[in-house]
Amino acid sequence: MKSLKAFTVAAVLAVAASPAYAGPTFDAVKAKGFVQCGVNLGLYGFSAPDDKGNWSGLDVDACRAVAAAMFGDSTKVKYSPLSAQQRLPALQSGEIDLLARNTTWTLSRDTANGLNFTVVNYYDGQGFMVPTKLGVKSAKELNGATVCVLPGTTTEQNLADWFRANKLTYKPVVIEKNEELAAAFIAGRCDVYTSDASQLAAIRANEMPNPADYVILPELISKEPLGVAVRHGDDQWMDVVRWSIYAMIAAEEKGVTMGNVDQMAASSPDPEVKRLLGVTAGNGKALGLDEAWAKAIIKQVGNYGESFERNVGQGSKLKIARGQNALYSHGGLMYSPPFK
Amino acid sequence: MSGMGKSAKPASVRALLYSARFRGVLYQVLVVGGVVALGWYLVHNTLANLAARGIATGLGFLGQESGFDIGEGMIPYSAADTYARALLVGVLNTLKVAVLGIILASLIGLTVGVARLSRNWLIARLATLYVEGVRNVPLLLQLFVWYGIVTALPVPRQAIDVGLGVFLSNRGLKLPAPVWHESYWPAMVVLALAFVGLFVLRRWAVDRMNRTGHPFPWLSTGLAAMVLLPLLTLTVTGAPVEWSVPELRGFNFQGGVDLSPEFAALLAGLSVYTASFIAEIVRSGILAVPHGQTEAALSLGLSRAKTLRLVVLPQALRVIVPPLTSQYLNLLKNSSLAVAIGYPDLVSVANTAINQTGQAVEGVALTMAVYLVVSLALSLLMNWYNSKVALVTR
Amino acid sequence: MIKPEDDIHAATAAADVEEPSSAVVPAPALWKPLGWAKSNLFDSVPNTILTLLALFLLWETVPPLIGWGLLHATWSVADGTAGACRDSAGACWALMGEKNRLMLFGVYPYDQHWRPLLATCIVIAMLATSAPRRFWRRELGYAWLAAIVVVAWLMWGGVLGLSYVETGLWGGLPLTLGLALLGIVLAFPLSIVLALGRRSNLPAIKAICTGYIELVRGVPLVSVLFMASVMFPLFLPEGVSIDKLLRALVGITLFTAAYLAEAVRGGLQAIPRGQEEAADALGLPYWRKMRLIVLPQALRLVIPPIVNQFISCFKDTSLVTIVGLYDLLAASKAALADPEWRPYFVEGYIIAAVIYWVFCFSMSRYSQWLERQLATGHRR
Repeated sequence: MKSLKAFTVAAVLAVAASPAYAGPTFDAVKAKGFVQCGVNLGLYGFSAPDDKGNWSGLDVDACRAVAAAMFGDSTKVKYSPLSAQQRLPALQSGEIDLLARNTTWTLSRDTANGLNFTVVNYYDGQGFMVPTKLGVKSAKELNGATVCVLPGTTTEQNLADWFRANKLTYKPVVIEKNEELAAAFIAGRCDVYTSDASQLAAIRANEMPNPADYVILPELISKEPLGVAVRHGDDQWMDVVRWSIYAMIAAEEKGVTMGNVDQMAASSPDPEVKRLLGVTAGNGKALGLDEAWAKAIIKQVGNYGESFERNVGQGSKLKIARGQNALYSHGGLMYSPPFK
Repeated sequence: MSGMGKSAKPASVRALLYSARFRGVLYQVLVVGGVVALGWYLVHNTLANLAARGIATGLGFLGQESGFDIGEGMIPYSAADTYARALLVGVLNTLKVAVLGIILASLIGLTVGVARLSRNWLIARLATLYVEGVRNVPLLLQLFVWYGIVTALPVPRQAIDVGLGVFLSNRGLKLPAPVWHESYWPAMVVLALAFVGLFVLRRWAVDRMNRTGHPFPWLSTGLAAMVLLPLLTLTVTGAPVEWSVPELRGFNFQGGVDLSPEFAALLAGLSVYTASFIAEIVRSGILAVPHGQTEAALSLGLSRAKTLRLVVLPQALRVIVPPLTSQYLNLLKNSSLAVAIGYPDLVSVANTAINQTGQAVEGVALTMAVYLVVSLALSLLMNWYNSKVALVTR
Repeated sequence: MIKPEDDIHAATAAADVEEPSSAVVPAPALWKPLGWAKSNLFDSVPNTILTLLALFLLWETVPPLIGWGLLHATWSVADGTAGACRDSAGACWALMGEKNRLMLFGVYPYDQHWRPLLATCIVIAMLATSAPRRFWRRELGYAWLAAIVVVAWLMWGGVLGLSYVETGLWGGLPLTLGLALLGIVLAFPLSIVLALGRRSNLPAIKAICTGYIELVRGVPLVSVLFMASVMFPLFLPEGVSIDKLLRALVGITLFTAAYLAEAVRGGLQAIPRGQEEAADALGLPYWRKMRLIVLPQALRLVIPPIVNQFISCFKDTSLVTIVGLYDLLAASKAALADPEWRPYFVEGYIIAAVIYWVFCFSMSRYSQWLERQLATGHRR
């Protein structure tokens, strides 16, 4: 009887396996007709659902851009909300096709963890937030503090490194979910909340009963290039993800926006714009996509600048300045390789 | 099968096919083959997937520097230590909460179980309210409530001063602690000796009771000896007694020992929840002792408390111990819910390690192995105890 | 786990114990309450002290709780904000009015909430119908099949005019009920196989089944769920992916089966050896012996433990929140994530606790009743 069970299981698995997409991620995504995108459980400005379950944010826009490139339709995305601890296993195991969840690009994640980072879509750094009434002015004054930190993040490691380097002591409090950690911080369980500066801004603006009661300290203790990652083993898929995001940056460089994209496609004399928008054919074929792939991205998602302002910049509650995330031509780090 | 019957030696083949032994072997070969094939299939897929995705394998990561800190632990640990040590801290934290939880849950459970059978109507009703209220609500929810209660305490600067250097705040309970001194060793040795003496005393008391019928208060005498003798040694050796008293310095209390809010919430949740089940076990155990035993004891002039302690409970233990074992195991396993409220137990530390190294398979396998070993050890211990209290027939 | 049969002994014996004390005092009618109080609350010095302590405890806790929970409570707010609650000293039950949909149905599309509501009602109605023994007939099985089809259609949609709702959006009470019910139903056949295997004479089969049962019972559900959620995809061939909900369900099923197998084994052990020997003597082959003689008797005995296992399964589904599914507990927490309502987490937890409690308590009472019903047939 046990054999019966074992055979049944094996048979079910075999049946489940047979119609599977034997090929790599690109074919699999093409065949199933949507992109399964790993995002944050809820981080305002990067990825958060509204009351009706519609997702928005800078990371969500990366998912939408890839869907627009693949299918010409930015709504062909399914979102997997993931905690910091779940995100890497979820990508490794194939549960999601790409990870756009404010994830820092590091060497070990690029190698031993089996991921490939494509493009940095937000340059960040780790900061500290404290209640104003503590009167702390600098992170150096934090000796002996209790620190709220998300487990399984680079933040957790930077925190340990920084306190060690400065010969200070601290006590970590680690809770897996952003909002529960924030609740513990608000309740006064910890003196300090540490995370990427953008997250601190988001939490301060959104989660705190009174944002003025909290202050973000001036020091940034790390480099946090937040990138969009795919898993090892499918270079074509990696190319599509990488160039979908570059297309948004290139569009900003060339002044192509959601509003003027049709007009630019029809009349721009710039050969690079023509190549970007598929007027001059070739790029789409090389990627295995429709020639109008980038045009679909810009039309439905917008260029990088538009996405930034809408989600985290002046058009949002966060009001984060472009800073490092401005185009290279404006003193920032955003730079797209040529569309040739 | 009928087709095979037509072969050269029909009778013997049929006999073989219908023989119970042959069938038994055949079934077992099929099942083992099936299980092995399934196992091989899964392992093969996993290895292929890991290789295709370039994920590191093996236990090599255990020797690497972990790079993350852990909020509390029973052994010294810093971010510069290895993953192996981090996991050990997690294991010890799990054991700490499980052992204390088992003790507390047993005490509460015993009290409530006896209270449910109390002749005092009010007490019995309150105990019923506790049992029915607590055991029908998920433990995870109760843990969230406990954690909410603990973090709602005042911040350290407005900590509740209980007196004698004891402070209660949302950073936990701070207690003064004696500072360790070299000259404490003799007292420690005396304490250990007194602990051993307790068992010797018990044996002697039971023996005397059996011979003469005179009881001896071995427990209170023994405990008193455990407290007084080391104190006496301290005085005689003239060791300096120095207390580390918690005091507010900077952000937090420094000095003394502390009980973290996460630990307190987990311990309270686990023991209150498990105690509601233990109370039911105790109650049914007591009820399983024939009422005649109680009547006989009372008619001999034993007090109610003595009847319970000397006559009813020892007999009830036989019924109580086996289901109690599984409650203890449940408590141990439920301690893994620590991850939800941020107590750094094994699962929580292992999850962080998995996340940093990307080696989910090894991490989960290690976690499960540890739980299996501890569960096994606990059930062996309880089985040994059970065989001691079990009724010896003939 | 409490052996439910103990509860029966307990209940009957408790009645035996309590009766004499109230019958002892033949007090006149007027003095009855006083007499009762004297014999039950104040009959000795320690008892009096206990009673007074308990009364003091009640005096300290009950009136403030009533004040907080009823007298000063805010039952509704007009403008959808928690402003009215902030001004009051009592509980903020308005949370229920504002967030009930999110708590009960999670992130299921808002305008489609009638679907999970209807599905939940169908399931509860079916559970209630299945409770009395006189309905235990073949037709009930068909009714369940029909109900499952209808519920699946309501939840998924996609055909017959209902829009498709992916499982990632399911949440709240329907998810909790569904996971617990399907977990038990799917674990049941597996547990029978495991229990029979553990009692088998064939050493290899016995070893495998015993190994599985002990292995699973030795590890926490959190690890099993984590494995199901994160590692399961690694076990499968490249490219094959299983729904997240299904993975959690598989984890719960495999976990529950091990516990259920022990309950079934208990039932098997209670069947007198003579029954099997008689079947052997009649020359019945193994499977027919089991199907016709042993299992019908054994399974009857294990129905109450199965109900108890269902209760713990129902409570354990709350752990799926750890792997990122929105069950009743997670949905309640999501409702409390709104900074506006966060201060009222106690009320939120109380509401969720009451929902869990109502289900678990009624089922445990049912299990005790059922046990009395079934036990009568076996008494000699």
